[in-house]
Amino acid sequence: MTETPLVHLNQVVLAFSGKPVLKGIELKIFPRDRLVILGQSGGGKSTMLRLILGILKPTAGEIKYKHLRVNRLSRSKLNLLRSRIGMVYQYSALISSLNVRENLALPARELGRKSESEIDTLVEEKLALVGMSGTESKMPSELSGGMRKRVSLARALMMDPELMLFDEPSAGLDPVMSSVIDELIINLTEKTNTTSVIVTHEMDSAFRIATRMAMLWQGAIIQDGSPEEFRSSEDPVVRQFVTGGVEGPMTEQLSDADNT
Amino acid sequence: MADNVRRGRLPFRPSALFAQTDRTAVGSVPLVLMVSFFLGLTMALLTGYQLEKFGAERLIPSLIAIAFTRELGPLITGIVLAARIGAAFTAELGTMQVAEEVEAIEAMGIGPLRFLVAPGLLENIGAMPCLSVCSVIAALIGSCLISWVSLNIVPAFFFDSVLSSLLVNDIVTGFFKAAFFGLVIGLIACFKGLTVQGGAEGVGRATTGSVVIAITSVIGFDSLFNIIVTQYTK
Repeated sequence: MTETPLVHLNQVVLAFSGKPVLKGIELKIFPRDRLVILGQSGGGKSTMLRLILGILKPTAGEIKYKHLRVNRLSRSKLNLLRSRIGMVYQYSALISSLNVRENLALPARELGRKSESEIDTLVEEKLALVGMSGTESKMPSELSGGMRKRVSLARALMMDPELMLFDEPSAGLDPVMSSVIDELIINLTEKTNTTSVIVTHEMDSAFRIATRMAMLWQGAIIQDGSPEEFRSSEDPVVRQFVTGGVEGPMTEQLSDADNT
Repeated sequence: MADNVRRGRLPFRPSALFAQTDRTAVGSVPLVLMVSFFLGLTMALLTGYQLEKFGAERLIPSLIAIAFTRELGPLITGIVLAARIGAAFTAELGTMQVAEEVEAIEAMGIGPLRFLVAPGLLENIGAMPCLSVCSVIAALIGSCLISWVSLNIVPAFFFDSVLSSLLVNDIVTGFFKAAFFGLVIGLIACFKGLTVQGGAEGVGRATTGSVVIAITSVIGFDSLFNIIVTQYTK
């Protein structure tokens, strides 16, 4: 493939207090990919998103965003890069002391040079995109989990990012709201030609959204391919994860851990 | 921070600074006034009884004025501020840290310094001297009242003595100290808040830690300051 990757995780190793979490991740994210990263809870999926954002630094290896080496950027250049990436957190991470309008206006006010009236128009536009018009003056505590997630998505869209990162977008939501969020992700990324990386362990959601999938297992990417390839995978770990089976290498690893 | 200056913006948000000042510093005025009033009253009463034996109770106004302007005003205000504002600031930042709000701000490329730290820090530095003035005034009123009632020192004489005994140096020293204590309390509160780990329990631990360290540091720095000044002005 000759296309230049938007993000390249090149042999990334990450250890917390000497305990390795990622053991040589090799992953390229190409423009307009909707890449779903699968893996067990606590396996390092969200950590990969934090590495792309430069919030965590790898112990070894390199993270490249186009030609920029994320782990070597100065604070100001890193902030500039972050303004081109939108992140949606698992628990939304809306600023609880600010209302919906102020939450959305925050990145535009702090990073852009737009006037207040332009920001107001932009806030209304982005809220309409996620179907949350009319909630501008509500506080995050007055919103349900699904609504908070949609506002968080609108906030991530405020700076028209090239790359969107989603950390467990459907976690804690009912199946209907989960599908609504999935559809939103698909529609918005298609409409705006945005590349997105979605971390999840919910298979229905994953197959609905993904144009490409990667499976993280014991700190390494063990399969990277299309959703069809994942459905027909012969790899016992992937098969167990996709089918949600009780028997398989994942449960064996759990019982080994219990016995030690 | 340097980025903001380069882009022609203040390294803090003025609206956040005023909101924070209104919420925390203005709200601390009644507590500072009350504590200082009673402390001034008690100090005048106790020293008055001792000085009365030597017929020196006329020294009370100058004693209270100098003690509160240079020393006790900033110190009492510092302790009240550490307990009230420092704790609130640490708890607020700590809760934001636990709820990933701080990380979300960082992830947007904003950086928590201008948005979260600068308003609180500047508010503390600005509020401390103002609250310290409130403290001195309340202490003088408290001590004046008790001096009038129990030591027969009339208010006119009291305030006359206060004015003649105070030097500009005392006032400037008190102001400088108060602002410095504000900086110390703010830095400790921010540091403890932004380094919270371990959920709600962590926020509780950090808040207690912030108050204890801030009060100890204020008293410690005050002693250090006095030692240096005494040595220097000998």
